[in-house]
This record gives sequence, structure tokens and C-alpha cells, in this order.
Amino acid sequence: MGLSKFLRRQTERWVDARLGPEYEEATRALAVRQNEYGFDPFGFHRDSLRYAALIARFFYRDWFRTETFGLEQLPRSGGLLLVANHSGQLPFDGVCIGASMLLDAHPPRLVRTMVERFVPAVPFASYLFNRWGQITGTPDNCRRLLADGATILVFPEGARGISKPFSERYRLQDFGLGFMRLALQANTPIIPVAVIGAEEQAPAVNLKPLARSLGLPAFPVVPFPPFFPLVPLPTRYRLHFGAPLTFTGDPDDDDETITDKVRVVKSSIQSLIQLGLEERKNVFW
Amino acid sequence: MSSGERPLAKIVVTGMAGRLGRLLTKRLHRDGRYRVVGIDRRAFPDRPKDVEQVMVDLRKKQARDVFRAGDVDALVHMGVMHDPRASGREHYSWNVSGTTQILDYCQSYGVKKVVVLSSANVYGPRPDNTQFLTEDAPLLGAQDFPEIRDLVAMDQLASSFFWRAREIDTVILRPVHILGAVRNAPSNYLRLEIVPTLLGFDPMVQIIHERDVVEAVLCALQPGVRGIFNVTGPGELPLSAILGELGRRVLPFPHPLARPILRALWRLRRTSFPVPELDHIQYVCMVDGARARTELGYAPRHTLKETIRAIEAVR
Repeated sequence: MGLSKFLRRQTERWVDARLGPEYEEATRALAVRQNEYGFDPFGFHRDSLRYAALIARFFYRDWFRTETFGLEQLPRSGGLLLVANHSGQLPFDGVCIGASMLLDAHPPRLVRTMVERFVPAVPFASYLFNRWGQITGTPDNCRRLLADGATILVFPEGARGISKPFSERYRLQDFGLGFMRLALQANTPIIPVAVIGAEEQAPAVNLKPLARSLGLPAFPVVPFPPFFPLVPLPTRYRLHFGAPLTFTGDPDDDDETITDKVRVVKSSIQSLIQLGLEERKNVFW
Repeated sequence: MSSGERPLAKIVVTGMAGRLGRLLTKRLHRDGRYRVVGIDRRAFPDRPKDVEQVMVDLRKKQARDVFRAGDVDALVHMGVMHDPRASGREHYSWNVSGTTQILDYCQSYGVKKVVVLSSANVYGPRPDNTQFLTEDAPLLGAQDFPEIRDLVAMDQLASSFFWRAREIDTVILRPVHILGAVRNAPSNYLRLEIVPTLLGFDPMVQIIHERDVVEAVLCALQPGVRGIFNVTGPGELPLSAILGELGRRVLPFPHPLARPILRALWRLRRTSFPVPELDHIQYVCMVDGARARTELGYAPRHTLKETIRAIEAVR
């Protein structure tokens, strides 16, 4: 008992020293609800965030040496829906967008992503994601958080995006429509985000027959050890945030009307991607 | 008494001798506007003097006699059997047949208000649950937990009664985990000296103080209110924070091991927790209590800390 408490305190102290006052200030400024035990209704716990923040900051600053553009265009308050391209086999794009909003946006925002519905059945991930502000991906959860002024990150390409092969890089896959209905319902501005760099972090081919026989959504293989894309290549990330887009209309409109609005978001991400690719001189620096 | 001009409302409480029934009876008695008649086969020795008790089994004919005079204003049905060791047949007969009968009496003898105490467990803990279930969410509690199918059936019986007997104001209350001196699974679990948990799982849970449940029943007794209401307490906490508040020692088990171990203990009668209860310490089953707050005017009076500490009231 005594030992584990001592170790925990030592770890906390070490993590805090690494994170420094910048982080301290950022988390204090986060606009989140908290009950007397420090938890928000979705299980977010400010003091637990530091571990995730340390790891996220490492990937954001050191591994991917991320540059951000356009953060100053974000509204200073109210709910936000960040909509980004998804790639790279493992969701480091989400990690880095989260880190940018926490460490470099003014005021800092806690990004909440909608995690897959199987995650709550996975030991440790089930509650750690919760403590770090991530939520089970149900439309109702999203609706509640947007109404509460939260910042939600969605990847409308979903699994189609993250597990696409290297040959499809920077080609946006089909977008889901759900995010648009939620934005209309909550009257939330949409921020298009282009992630440049993640699409090259794991140049994978997808072994489709193997994936199918294993019952997995994809089975990506990369041409370097350990051949499964666990460690991403240290490409340089560039995050381009676009101007807020606001849409009006009936959230229960038929798919065609919603698709038109989604197309606006998609093309705005596509042009941010174009811009980012043109400005970039090298994948790695 | 100052309220001499209006006759007292006559309220029948089933399950009066249970912990919640006693609390409710005392609360109604203290309120001064109600005359309470209890139906329970168990004794309630220290009940207030002018509270009447009919000591019969809910399913017996004598239970009908309580209603026959036609002067019952309201029924509070909390006489629900929830003994995991009792046979399925006995459970079903008590909870389903008993409820059917007593709702029948209400319709036959002009009762104006029916309050049924159900539970938020009827929704069932599931990994893909949305964080806050509303009253129209499907009742999947019995899907992996057939032992409680009679409780789900009872809730559904009351819902269909709500639609069928339009002249009666029916209220169904679905409170979250009730903590207090009550001997229900969540309170008993938290009273363990060394608390087993599931390694890698720490779901958010909602708890409510037993006295807040009683207040919710009083809100439900107000004339005119009807419907199905989730009843929530002061907020949401991870299980670990509750155990931390109580200073419990925790013994985490990997979940693939926990199920067979608990099953063996259950067969050997070394535990009072049936295996499917594990779902409650693994997955989320939380509800949105907004409707009760706006339509019933219910608000919990106990803080999170008071609610957690309420389980220590038992000697």
C-alpha cells in the first residue's frame, strides 16, 4: 500500500517536472466540468491527463516535429467540431491534433474523440480513454458534449481512411454523414483540418485476404521491421486548420441534402491538403 | 392536527417492511398528509402507531381486501423480490403475477395514483452503451442476466398499465444504484472488506442515497404527474473513486478468470453475488435523470460523499 502510493507520487512528480509550467497553465485554463472528486460526467479527470499529455507531447513535438497553421482562426469559446483526414494505420493524427489544441491553441481546448464502440470492452483502454476525455462513439454522447461546448474531433472517413494503402495517400475516402447532422443539431461550427505527414508515416499495403480470414477490418504490412506498423516513421506533421464553416438547415434532412453540405467540408479539407502539400518541401523535414 | 378539514390520503405501500419501505413509511407518516397501509408478510415491529400493516403475501386474496373499500388514493409498489438465491419460479410468480394482480386491484377499485419502483438496471450494463440512457432506451438488462428477466417484465407490465389505465396516474421510477443501509447488491459490494474488481476496468457509475429515493417517491405522489422517470443521485464517479473514498482494499482479477471463480463460489454458496453482477463493475450503465428533475421537481439532497458514506449506516 505505502509503496505503491509512494511510487505513484514519485511518478507524478517526475511527469509534472517534464511537462513544466506551460502544461500546468494550459490545463488550468481548460473549460471542463468537474465534480467534487474531479471527474466530469464522461469520466474525464484533469489530473490523469498528464500521462497522456506527456506521451502526446513527445509525438507532437519530438517525433513528428509538428507545425501548425491557422490555429488563430478558431473561435475563442463554444463547441467545435474538428473534421480531419484520417490516415497512417494508427491514429497518431488524432494524438497530434489533440496535443496542438491543448498546447498551442488559445484558449487551450480538450479534444474529445469518438472512440470505436469495442474500446469499452478492452481492459485498461476502457477507462484510460475515459480519464483522458475520450468518449464512446455514440451520436447521443456527441450531442451532449457539443451542447456543453466541448471540442470534438471526428474522422468522417473512419476505418476506410486510417487503413487505406500507401498508394491512396492524400485521397479522401467517402465521408460519413453523421457529423453534419450533429453539427446542424447543435448549431456548432465545423473546422476543417488537413493533416499532412501522417499519410506517409506507415507506407503500408493491406493484406485483404488475411484480414478477412482473421475477421479484422484491415491487415496492414509495412516494408520495414517489425513489418506491422506499430512504430510510425518520423515524418514531419503539418496541421492546417481552416476557417470555421457554419451550416444551417434541418438535421433530419434526407441524405442528399446532407451530402451536399458534407461535400463542402470535404472539398475544403481537400484544398487545405493541396495547399499543405505544395508548401511542403520534404516529407521528413 | 391542523390539517383537520381535508381527510388524509390513503396510501398502500407494498414491501413496507423492507429497508426502503420502512424509510418511506416513516417519511409519509411524518409528512402528516398521508394515512399509510402496508402490505408485507415480514414484520415491521417499530412502525409508527397509526400505520396499519396487513401481514399477508402480496399474492394472497387478503391483499385485495385492502382495496375493496374503494378508499385507497395511491399505491406505492416496492414489494419486489430480489433474492438471487430464490428460485426463478418464485421470483417470477412474486414479481410478475403479484404485480399484475395488484395493478388489477388498482383499476378495479378506483385508485388514482400508482408508483412502481423499478430500477435503472433494467437497461443493463453494456460496453456499447451511450453514456446517459434516456427513458426510451431499450430494456436489455435481462439479455445477459436472465435472473432479472422478471424485474424487466415487471417494469414492462407497469409501462403497459400506464398506457392501458389512462384514468390512473402511473409513475415508474428507475433509480440508479441505491446506497444506504439497504441490503442490495451495490451496498453489499461496497461493504466488503476487500473488494474484488476487474483488472483494467473502472466504469463510471451513478449512485443515489436511499433517502433521496424516498424523496423521489414523494415527488411522484404529487397529483397530476405521470410517466417513466430515471432517478439519479448527485453525480457520476468511477468505481475506483468510490472505493477510494471508503478506503477499501482492492483485489483486481483479470476478467476472464473472474467469471469462472465467481461461478464456483456461487455454486459453493460462498458469495451472494451472481456472476452477471460482474457486468456492473465492468461496463457502464448510466442514465439521464433530466426528466425527473424537470417534471417531478425531484433533486437529490445528499452529496456524493454522503451517498457513498451511507452504506456505513448498517451495523
